[in-house]
Amino acid sequence: MFTSLENIADLLRDNPLTNKVKDNLVTKTVVNWGRASSLWPMTFGLACCAIEMICAACSRYDLDRMGIVFRPSPRQSDVIVIAGTMTKKIAPMVKRLYDQMSEPRWVIALGGCASAGGPYNTYSVVQGTDLVIPVDIYIPGCPPRPEALLFGFLQLMEKIKREHPFVLEERGIKVG
Amino acid sequence: MLFDYLPILIMVVVASFMGGMALIMSAVLHPKNPYKDKLSPWECGVEPIGDANVGHFRIHFFIIAILFIVFDVETLFLFPWAVILSEKSISDFIFVEMIVFIAVLAVGLIYAWVKGALDWV
Repeated sequence: MFTSLENIADLLRDNPLTNKVKDNLVTKTVVNWGRASSLWPMTFGLACCAIEMICAACSRYDLDRMGIVFRPSPRQSDVIVIAGTMTKKIAPMVKRLYDQMSEPRWVIALGGCASAGGPYNTYSVVQGTDLVIPVDIYIPGCPPRPEALLFGFLQLMEKIKREHPFVLEERGIKVG
Repeated sequence: MLFDYLPILIMVVVASFMGGMALIMSAVLHPKNPYKDKLSPWECGVEPIGDANVGHFRIHFFIIAILFIVFDVETLFLFPWAVILSEKSISDFIFVEMIVFIAVLAVGLIYAWVKGALDWV
């Protein structure tokens, strides 16, 4: 049974006591609060919306006071902010980066282009990020003001606080 | 006299407990869902290219690491020597003894240098 550290870790994660603790409403509330209060986005600034994202992170519309620290790598981030026009050339990279994020992960589509292609219905623009990765929050605007991004993050925090934190294991869902 | 250091032991135990508990609690609670695309090496969104992802590393890293270990242990030996260097009664002996130690290791360094271990291959 104890043939490796993996087995010990699996035993720690999957026994009746842990399942009972995970079912508890207090645990779920605390875990959701923890996930929502320190959302680390991965910056994926593609076009003009990236400038608005930078503004939101700087001192006037400070995002750091909400625990939002921008990380350069998908491995270290919880949420990816697609800020800008997603072209067909960069779509495979977006998919690969989303795959390389670890659960729990969310997606914010910032701006008209990321939400639905924006004003560019051309040969090179993907008409919306949700054709490639599942999106949680759409923020309209061209570009949306930094307060709109702030509002989007707050909405995402509300969404996280409403969700089931351990649903992947409870229902045995294997994503991908 | 040993009990004077008891606060340090308590602090080490509490800090280790906190760090260990953080890792264990997150190992119990985190979602675990590895799949091939997630486990592929991160290379800014492109397919990984080059030798490292198929496991080809330059063997020279090993030689540099071994040389580092040897000279780092030598440095570690220099620290307690520096503490007793000010003993007036046997100061000559202490000094010459360390010179001999460093000379022996210097012969090894010159050998590695001449053999090309310090050139980056």
